[in-house]
Amino acid sequence: MALKRRTRGRLYRYSMYALFIAFIVLVAVATDWPKIGKQFFDLEVAAKLFPDIVIVALRNTVLFTLIAFAGGLLLGIVFALMKLSVIAPFRWFATAWIELFRGLPALLTIFAMAFILPIAFGIKPPGGPVGAGLIGLILVASAYMAEVIRAGIQAVPKGQTEASRSLGMSPMKTMFWIVLPQGFRIIIPPLTNEFVLLLKDTSLLFIAGTFIWSKELTSFARDANTMYANATPLIMAALLYLIVTIPLTRFTAWLERRMARQR
Amino acid sequence: MSTDLIDVHAPAIDIQGLVKSFGENEVLKGIDLTVNSGEVVCIIGPSGSGKSTLLRSVNLLEDPTDGHILIEGIDVTDEETDIDRVRQRIGMVFQSFNLFPHMTVLGNLTIAQRRVKKRSKDEAERVAQEMLARVGLAEKADAFPSHLSGGQQQRVAIARALCMNPDMMLFDEPTSALDPELVGEVLQVMRTLADEGMTMLVVTHEMGFAREVGSRLIFMDGGHILEQGDPREVLANPQHPRTQDFLSRVL
Repeated sequence: MALKRRTRGRLYRYSMYALFIAFIVLVAVATDWPKIGKQFFDLEVAAKLFPDIVIVALRNTVLFTLIAFAGGLLLGIVFALMKLSVIAPFRWFATAWIELFRGLPALLTIFAMAFILPIAFGIKPPGGPVGAGLIGLILVASAYMAEVIRAGIQAVPKGQTEASRSLGMSPMKTMFWIVLPQGFRIIIPPLTNEFVLLLKDTSLLFIAGTFIWSKELTSFARDANTMYANATPLIMAALLYLIVTIPLTRFTAWLERRMARQR
Repeated sequence: MSTDLIDVHAPAIDIQGLVKSFGENEVLKGIDLTVNSGEVVCIIGPSGSGKSTLLRSVNLLEDPTDGHILIEGIDVTDEETDIDRVRQRIGMVFQSFNLFPHMTVLGNLTIAQRRVKKRSKDEAERVAQEMLARVGLAEKADAFPSHLSGGQQQRVAIARALCMNPDMMLFDEPTSALDPELVGEVLQVMRTLADEGMTMLVVTHEMGFAREVGSRLIFMDGGHILEQGDPREVLANPQHPRTQDFLSRVL
């Protein structure tokens, strides 16, 4: 006897649930829980990480992110304006810059800056190798942010510029008082996204070399991992990253929903 | 500075042989037009006739391809002219209002006063309140544009232009984006301005306004001025066949 279409659909759904649960149970049974608990969730090791994992590692991660974000934002504005400039060489330079640093792995840029700045230019950035690495991160951030900012500027209706210029405002004043404030409002979600990406990319700074006081979360966790021969520090670092990133991504999602409603 | 020397005897707007092309497309084909101080000149014509382009050329929102535009004797098409200074004397009102949405009404009215005219905050706000009262929106100073009706937004836009104490006002289809019941309040403000002696150049579809307020009516088509004269005359007794055809379709 042929089954009714609805019955067949229900049977299919139930068998999918059953398969999925069977898979989870299988993984759970196959896992060596005591070993995982000891290797990844060792409370004694976790306790030893405090307070340094917060007051040094997390603090540095946030600090480096803020520095890279601020630097990237400032440079990004400059390159966005250059890319929209009427002066052709400005546009070429900005395009080359953006393509260069978006096309290279961030790790390579950071590593290269740690060498190029002191050797080629004789520049010794504050903070030692991490400082030089941070400059690399700023360059990478500026390339990505320039494109976001350019899109924001172009999203502001032309009538806004026309109204401002008609009042006698110069192109500079129009950009600063009328276009940029509106453009930035539009790009808050992608900029928040960029902040989250940067926060994660600070983990690449280890390649430049770190001192005890300049370790960020990932290098701190790696070193602690080696020191205690236990992976709990990695889990702790992961949790601390998520404590910062998840609220930010939720915030972005909320902003995007709100903007979609306003439109 | 040359732009400070206003020739009081010069016409407010003197357009000579204005040509404007967008690529291959010639939109204005040699326009000559003089607007004297205190005149209210209305421009009508079918869409694509070049009337908005003509208006936008006066304060150089469109860069003329050829010809000269003199504002109170100053050639704004001259590369040496400081266009930002001249624009302060020309108020502009757009079809789509173009208020700054990130600022309150008061912010909209004071930003250029403070950044361009370098007025103090108190002075700028005093002028802003005075102009808001003129357009009947004194109580809306702290509102954001998005909370105002279209008619109110356009009146704020007029007040914003007035805050710069312009010698003349350009209106680019100021009521075309408005719901019919909101047109009257904007026209009333414009009528009051005209009565006070403001020099006005108005691109419009409001034939009633042109007839009652305008001191001259211009009919444009195909990038040319085809007919001009007293509004009552032109509307009642158009001479050019194209004017007759246009008016027969809109009236």
